[in-house]
Amino acid sequence: MKRSDDRSFRIGTGAFAALVLLIVAGIAFELTRQSTLSIAKFGLKFWTTRVWDPVSGDFGALPFIWGTLYSAILALLIATPVALGIAIFISELSPRILRQPLAYLTELLAAIPSIVYGLWGIFVLVPIVRKIEIAMGAKPALGVGMMAAALILAVMVIPFTSSVAREILKNVPATQREAAYALGATRWEAIKVAIGFGRTGIIGAVMLGFGRALGETMAVTMVIGNSPQISASLFKPQYTMAAVIANEFTEAADELYLHALIEIGLLLFIITVGVNLLSRLLIWSTKRRVITSAVMPVVVAEEVPA
Amino acid sequence: MKLKSLLILVSIALAACQPSETKTSSSAPANNGPITINGAGATFPNPIYSKWFDEYQKSHPDIRINYQSIGSGGGIKQLSAQTVFFGASDGPMTDAQLQSAPGAILHFPTVLGGVVPVYNVTGVTQPLRFNGAVLADIYLGKITKWNDPAIAALNPGVKLPADDIAVVHRSDGSGTTYIFCDFLSKVSQDYKQKIGVSTSVNWPAGVGAKGNEGVSGLVRQTPGAIGYVELIYALQNKMPYGSVQNKAGQFITASLDSVTAAAAGAAMPDDFRVSITNADGANAYPIASFTWLLLYQHPKDVARGKAMVDFLKWALTDGQKFAPSLGYAPLPQPVIAKEMQALGKVQ
Repeated sequence: MKRSDDRSFRIGTGAFAALVLLIVAGIAFELTRQSTLSIAKFGLKFWTTRVWDPVSGDFGALPFIWGTLYSAILALLIATPVALGIAIFISELSPRILRQPLAYLTELLAAIPSIVYGLWGIFVLVPIVRKIEIAMGAKPALGVGMMAAALILAVMVIPFTSSVAREILKNVPATQREAAYALGATRWEAIKVAIGFGRTGIIGAVMLGFGRALGETMAVTMVIGNSPQISASLFKPQYTMAAVIANEFTEAADELYLHALIEIGLLLFIITVGVNLLSRLLIWSTKRRVITSAVMPVVVAEEVPA
Repeated sequence: MKLKSLLILVSIALAACQPSETKTSSSAPANNGPITINGAGATFPNPIYSKWFDEYQKSHPDIRINYQSIGSGGGIKQLSAQTVFFGASDGPMTDAQLQSAPGAILHFPTVLGGVVPVYNVTGVTQPLRFNGAVLADIYLGKITKWNDPAIAALNPGVKLPADDIAVVHRSDGSGTTYIFCDFLSKVSQDYKQKIGVSTSVNWPAGVGAKGNEGVSGLVRQTPGAIGYVELIYALQNKMPYGSVQNKAGQFITASLDSVTAAAAGAAMPDDFRVSITNADGANAYPIASFTWLLLYQHPKDVARGKAMVDFLKWALTDGQKFAPSLGYAPLPQPVIAKEMQALGKVQ
């Protein structure tokens, strides 16, 4: 009896795991199928042209790809040091009594709906950015634009990265730090050992934040200015892939237009998968280095979604 | 196709936060029991449609009409896929859309809306005057300063600052954008060629904000900004807005009366698919439009078809009195008379 229980349990859980694969494959298939018109008409040019004109039916995704990657990378640059700082402080340096409340508060940030972030962006962040623009002499000083989007994304990403990084650091075996102290390490050096031990997991935490920044829609739409242009300027209004889909999908009555919007979804899907693969590669390569330098087998990182 | 309509269904369900029952609309038998009719479409008329359906159910307890405001595009798509019994749109269906539908679709104007320019110009307190050419050039990015001679010529005596104009438009696909572009394309060849008319267009200038609230919020915050919002939205939020010169040369400040006057001035074709921007008439406000309810001429379900015709007859007569209090301009009498006749074709 017991054996058959084991078997059915394995089959059951295996089916759920297979479901994940099916869903991913299904999404890829459906996105491709429903963007056939656009794929057939524009081909690879869709990735590289800048025009987005629903009136004449001419579509290219480059400004949206640019805006998505640029805003996510900027957000990552701002968020990563802050998030890691929070994680290190909570797990290594914070007085015991502050630890739980701080961890709870950072996680609370993750629970705020993105529309609330968006409203906060419009009413608080955008006026501040506008003041900075006026002080810097930008004309016209709009406030909405890449800067506001990157800042709001950074705030949204911080709790994800810092929570995961904190868990990683918490799971570094105490023996690691004890060994460092035994060798005469200072506190900072002991922390460095702990970070080195958990680095694959920490990279995973950062990439998790990046994935979140790539796909964020509502808050970004509300502050980025929604103008499809390619510019390195921090103050220019720009556009992201998720935002254009959210903005235009409901009113897209024309078939080609609809297919072009769904193809943007497909590109976002491909880019997200690509970013995840890259982060996997990064984790594998650092893991190998860690193992070959014979510190200790890495267990923690396996539990972290990339 | 099945998956696609499923996707749309899911999106409606999400939008309305309640399960949709649209699938039953064309198949369920309707004997003496209560009749449920489902529709979907434009967001602009949603407040008055909700009010109408609510009021109508009070006097006709056996008829229940559900409406999902998913956008005009979605309404047309679902009507064509026959997942809803009626649709609603802020722009008339195109010939291509009508041809690809499985049956003849009729348009019925229900109420009217207008679009007004809103702005935030430092030091200017009196209402500004605009005309189509100036608005077109501002949105084309050709006029970039508030003290441009073209604006100054329309506003003698107003001290305009030398500030840059920050152009704000809708980022989401919208009937408001459609009406605004429709007017500007009629008065400016350049606008027609470079931008054109659609619910979303390729704007050469400015920033996009989501919804009327997004546009008005950004305009209020940004010195030098100009935007366009629905008349209803401006009235409800007591926002000041500019007047616009009509075809007869008068500067008209939008009001429910001046929007109704625009509808009265237009020559009405038999299928009611007519643009009333830049309409004739001394008091006509130039940026106005009907919003349409869409019905199949030969509905599959006869009982529902009859119920819907009865409802429309009520909406066009008794129902019109609810329009002004909700900020919609009521239809002019001749249009109503013509529609009552056309409703006879639905069978």
